[in-house]
Amino acid sequence: MKQEVLREVERVVLALDVNGERTELLLPVHKTLLEVLREDMQLTGTKHGCELGECGTCTVLIDGRAELSCLVLPIQVEGRAITTIEGMARGAELHPLQQAFAELGAAQCGYCTPGILLSAKSLLETNARPSRDEIREALAGNLCRCTGYSKILDAVELAAGRMS
Amino acid sequence: MTPNGKFGVIGKPLPKVDAVAKVTGRAIYADDMLLPRTLHCRILRSPHPHARILSIDTSAARRIPGVQAVITGADLPIKFGILPVTQDERALEHEKVRYVGDPIAAVAAIDEEIAAAACDAIGVEYEVLDAVMSIDEALVAPKDEPIQDYGGPHNIHKLVALEFGDVESGFTRADHIREDVFFFQGSTHLPMEQHSATATYMDGRITLWSSTQVVHYVHRALSKVLELPMNRIRVIGAAHGGGFGGKTDPFAHEMIVCKLAMMTGRPVKCTLTREEVFYAHRGRHPVLMWVRTGVTRDGLITAMHFRTALDGGAYGSYGVASTFYTGALQTVTYDIPAYRFEGCRVFTNKPPCGPKRGHGTPQPRFALELHLEKIALDLGIDPVDLKQRNFVKAHTRTVNWLRVTSCGLDECTERVMTASGYRNREKRPGHGMGFAISSYLSGAGTAIYWNDMPHSEVQIKVDRGGVTAFCGAMDIGQGSDSVLATIVAEELGLQPADVRLVTADTDTTPIDLGSYSSRVTFMAGNAAIEAGRKMRGMLIEAVAAKMKCDAAAIEVGSGRIGDFSFEEASVLAEGRFGTLTTAGSYTPPKIAGPYKGSGVGPSPAYSYTACVVGLDADARTGLVRVNKIWIAHDVGRAINPLLVEGQVEGSVYMGLGEALMEEQAFRKGLHKWPSMLEYKSPTFLDMPEVETFIVETVDPEGPYGAKEAGQGPLLPVPPAVCSAVYDALGVWIDEVPVTPEKIVEALRRKQKGEPARFGPARFPTIPYPPTIKVEPPPKDLDRAAAASI
Repeated sequence: MKQEVLREVERVVLALDVNGERTELLLPVHKTLLEVLREDMQLTGTKHGCELGECGTCTVLIDGRAELSCLVLPIQVEGRAITTIEGMARGAELHPLQQAFAELGAAQCGYCTPGILLSAKSLLETNARPSRDEIREALAGNLCRCTGYSKILDAVELAAGRMS
Repeated sequence: MTPNGKFGVIGKPLPKVDAVAKVTGRAIYADDMLLPRTLHCRILRSPHPHARILSIDTSAARRIPGVQAVITGADLPIKFGILPVTQDERALEHEKVRYVGDPIAAVAAIDEEIAAAACDAIGVEYEVLDAVMSIDEALVAPKDEPIQDYGGPHNIHKLVALEFGDVESGFTRADHIREDVFFFQGSTHLPMEQHSATATYMDGRITLWSSTQVVHYVHRALSKVLELPMNRIRVIGAAHGGGFGGKTDPFAHEMIVCKLAMMTGRPVKCTLTREEVFYAHRGRHPVLMWVRTGVTRDGLITAMHFRTALDGGAYGSYGVASTFYTGALQTVTYDIPAYRFEGCRVFTNKPPCGPKRGHGTPQPRFALELHLEKIALDLGIDPVDLKQRNFVKAHTRTVNWLRVTSCGLDECTERVMTASGYRNREKRPGHGMGFAISSYLSGAGTAIYWNDMPHSEVQIKVDRGGVTAFCGAMDIGQGSDSVLATIVAEELGLQPADVRLVTADTDTTPIDLGSYSSRVTFMAGNAAIEAGRKMRGMLIEAVAAKMKCDAAAIEVGSGRIGDFSFEEASVLAEGRFGTLTTAGSYTPPKIAGPYKGSGVGPSPAYSYTACVVGLDADARTGLVRVNKIWIAHDVGRAINPLLVEGQVEGSVYMGLGEALMEEQAFRKGLHKWPSMLEYKSPTFLDMPEVETFIVETVDPEGPYGAKEAGQGPLLPVPPAVCSAVYDALGVWIDEVPVTPEKIVEALRRKQKGEPARFGPARFPTIPYPPTIKVEPPPKDLDRAAAASI
């Protein structure tokens, strides 16, 4: 005899504003923004490394601020502007940060790259010409195991120079 | 190359061919895949480090709605392992578990939460056995039973004893003899991407997408475990989120999703949690080392005796190779006329160790570099001078038969000496500089299993002006796809972006042994040159016929072949020859010495690195702040200097993490810190500026002279850090990681008049077998071999 479903799942209809597009979704309330972006919206550009808020890989922007999507519930961000890596380029034209990361080899395996790009974008929106130490501080919550961080710092500096 | 000898694209800092996919989030990694009707898999793992399984009851799990299949070891009983000599793993264990995390059962369900709940509902009865958690415990009789049913005595897995040349007389000739003991703690790869795999089964065929470094080895292991011929299995490497050696073994979850897909007829996906990744491990072996060296008054080495004891964890993995590697490469940096190596790997009830960046060689490099520093101090010789006096020379054979071709040790050393100002550094307490060198393979000279196939093959197809290169190589972020595209573009006078790539797919690409042992640029690169030159020859011949001129007069470059565009030339050649396809392959030269174990160590070429670390160390707190690292790397030829710098900087970073903080440590069988917050790794704030110098020695056998860059530059960093700490505070930290506690303790001992050192007190007694004596190679071995060709 089959058992009953293990638990009652509470669901809620939410309207999320992701990359300027409003989408209504029926979601279990406990599902994280990271899971909803990847699984319900197929926005797999947002990656995950720990799902505990430790590695920075799942960083997205919420009203321009870098936030860890694995620690955010969609119900907290209804109506707020969510930006993922898919929303960074303008059409087919890369954002200057994306361009600089590509040119300077700042992405090796590329898995931490979306999160770092969004953290850097958030930084440059509040501080257009950050010092190298300010970039380090702003990106300190994003781990990267490939690059040794050097090329990432160079790329953020290059993009900042081009943008201002 | 153009007729004037200038390269078209080789040596240019061009963006990687996959850069845009990666900066836009469009690269599809294994966990980004979600095929229609996919079932999600979770794996039940052992909570005990060592236990017999008495029973497994899956009945309650099977009753949970949404559960489609539950499997145990009875469903996947065939053993596998990366090395033919250690086929000791099962995808699911049903008799015995050997470490916390050993897989026992797996569930496929309609979502991940149901699969996890079903795992919780599986009842397992254990008889808990005494766990062996250290090298010392593994060397004595176990209380209950040995971990594995092979090896021995006790929990010893592998013993090695080799002697090259006359070590005893070497020590007799020495004016000074010194012995030291060192310990290198284990660490894990910590790739940002958790392992993930998706399998489908249709019409008798399995397709697996996985985050693996080696599609070929996964392919082989699946064929064995699933009892399917290799032509019924297709393994595809997804975009790769970081390996560093950690995705080089075939893994249980890869076999499990295949089996579940075969049973359910639906796609099945498994992504490991971060905690599972820590337990999957296969990382750096903790190694205890003892070294004894004889030197003349001038510091020239007369003999060396090196002993290692590796804490292997619960399974074989690459361990036999790792053991040999702890003794192999000492001789490729320093001229050691007589050398004895004794190695031992033990089983413990911990996640299996395997290859991590530098595979088995960072540990002895750490010991060797510090040991020579101490000898230099004993003799009153500057340590850099002493090391330089012993540097190997280019185009020589070492006493253990390793063939050295190009060698840029002197130039690398001069570059970092000059840039860092090491020789004229200001001596003041709390500030120090340390120097170390290293070397690494450009690919292992022998495959993991014996076979006669080439180690890499490349096919090129030209059609309607388009170029596609096919190769089994797996780009793990280091840029091997970009290197392939660059080489093909060079030969055909194009840009890398003009070359389409099909890689790491066992159905559509010819064999390449994958991304490990720093082999891809050297081996796939040489195969690509061969295929590229054949294609170039056909294009030139067709154009020369059309132009009615001699083929030698045709210039290739800037997208043109003679008077024609590449597209026009390809149409001419297709008309002349039919379908345009060429192939190239690479097999390393057979240069291994005449002794058992000689397959580990030979490489067609060795990279060389020199490094200086500058740091501040606080005598009160023991805190170390690394200010700058200067590193020069002999890569032979930089096919793309941007990628070489990236590999060097990434290696420095990983070496610094191992030197200062990274530690895979256990308490009662449990990992002490299986999370990215608690397992300390360097952040943006911990990483100093790195000044990188690329040295090009143009190796005679490398593609355009290129050698490896991805591993060697890690090796000198830990010993250079410890030398710098000694320079700053006058205490030796003879083990990594160099934590503040160890520095403070060493300073306390120094104050009390005890030896100013923190490190292992002794090396255990190990029942090494009788030493196999090997005659050194004849002096003119390679010249004679070259003459006979």
